[in-house]
Amino acid sequence: MSNQNKNKENAGFFASLQNSPSTDEFIKGLWRENPVFVQVLGMCPTLAVSNTAENAMAMGLATAFVLLMSNILVSSLRNFVPKQVRIASYILIIATFVTMVDYAIQAISVELHKALGAFISLIVVNCVILGRAEAFASKNTIGKSILDALGMGLGFTFALLCLGSVRELLGNGSIFGLSVFPKSYQEWIVMILPAGGFFTLAVWLLIFNAAKARKATT
Amino acid sequence: MKEESLWYIFINASLINNFVLAYFLGICPFLGVSGKMETATKMGGAVTFVMLISSMCAYGLHALLTAINAPFLQLISYIVVIASTVQLVEMFIKKMSPALFRALGIFLPLITTNCAILGLALFQTNKGYGFFESFIYALGAGTGFTLALVLMAGLREQLNFAEVPNVVKGTVLTLLIAGILSLSFMGFAGLGSQ
Repeated sequence: MSNQNKNKENAGFFASLQNSPSTDEFIKGLWRENPVFVQVLGMCPTLAVSNTAENAMAMGLATAFVLLMSNILVSSLRNFVPKQVRIASYILIIATFVTMVDYAIQAISVELHKALGAFISLIVVNCVILGRAEAFASKNTIGKSILDALGMGLGFTFALLCLGSVRELLGNGSIFGLSVFPKSYQEWIVMILPAGGFFTLAVWLLIFNAAKARKATT
Repeated sequence: MKEESLWYIFINASLINNFVLAYFLGICPFLGVSGKMETATKMGGAVTFVMLISSMCAYGLHALLTAINAPFLQLISYIVVIASTVQLVEMFIKKMSPALFRALGIFLPLITTNCAILGLALFQTNKGYGFFESFIYALGAGTGFTLALVLMAGLREQLNFAEVPNVVKGTVLTLLIAGILSLSFMGFAGLGSQ
């Protein structure tokens, strides 16, 4: 999947939201709304499964699928669910789809299922999904919710890929399992370890902050 | 495989494989409520309590679901149990200490979506722990979570007096500290070798 594709998707979403189809709006929108880098939501899966680019990709897509399905269902049920029990019913909806994804991944690739481990089930408690259900899908039409879910899901996948590729590149000398550096390259084992996840995310956030600060001053 | 002693399970869950620093579970409250020592301690207590209850319930539920041959209901039933336990704790705290209730704010209902708790329930099922083992495992995980939270809060309270560049302030600084903490917790790995 190329970056350009994602950009187009996001551009469509943000343009429809703000009614101005310029690319500038898209960049602002992506920065303001990216679930990982800006809202700092869904940290646990972001850090835990981003040790290789492949895991990051699979996790991002699984989350995007659950996000899409739950947004559709939450949005279509928004007039029937009583306000007092809405959170509980959202969680039930999300848990149903996560169970489906869990079994689907197990059927597609046992190896991948083993690598992601309990973190597939833990999509249930990913704050991004519940957050979008509560903040967006419960108040908007189905069409808008689908666009929102696509934008958020791809933004999440993109962020995970950012982390995963850096960690795999430095920690293993490869990307998507293909080795990049010559054999003499000394791997930074720490990048694969939990500590590396914290450091990589910190550096990405730092870059985002620095760029934002620079933009604000100019 | 050698039977794991209860002491080993406790040390394993709290130090060697610390839920926050090694498994990345419960990062949201770890970043969110670690600003002040007092709230951090109480948050840790609340999470440990919810962990203990939901771990015991998960043990019972797992036995029941295995008996009626419906493992696909596992996730849904676990999350329902956790959500109701959190509701219970929320009502209890609101009644007993309104000040603490305000201090914890949005993070109290968000214990439901704390991955550490659901993660604990799933891990103990995967590992096939019995009732006592599950209880000790939950106790260890809760202790580990509280420990990480308190350490972080202590460091952040000290850092309030440090001069930090504006770009690094906030989440970035917290993540960097977490990385260093995680590195130092790797030193406990030696405990598990024997």
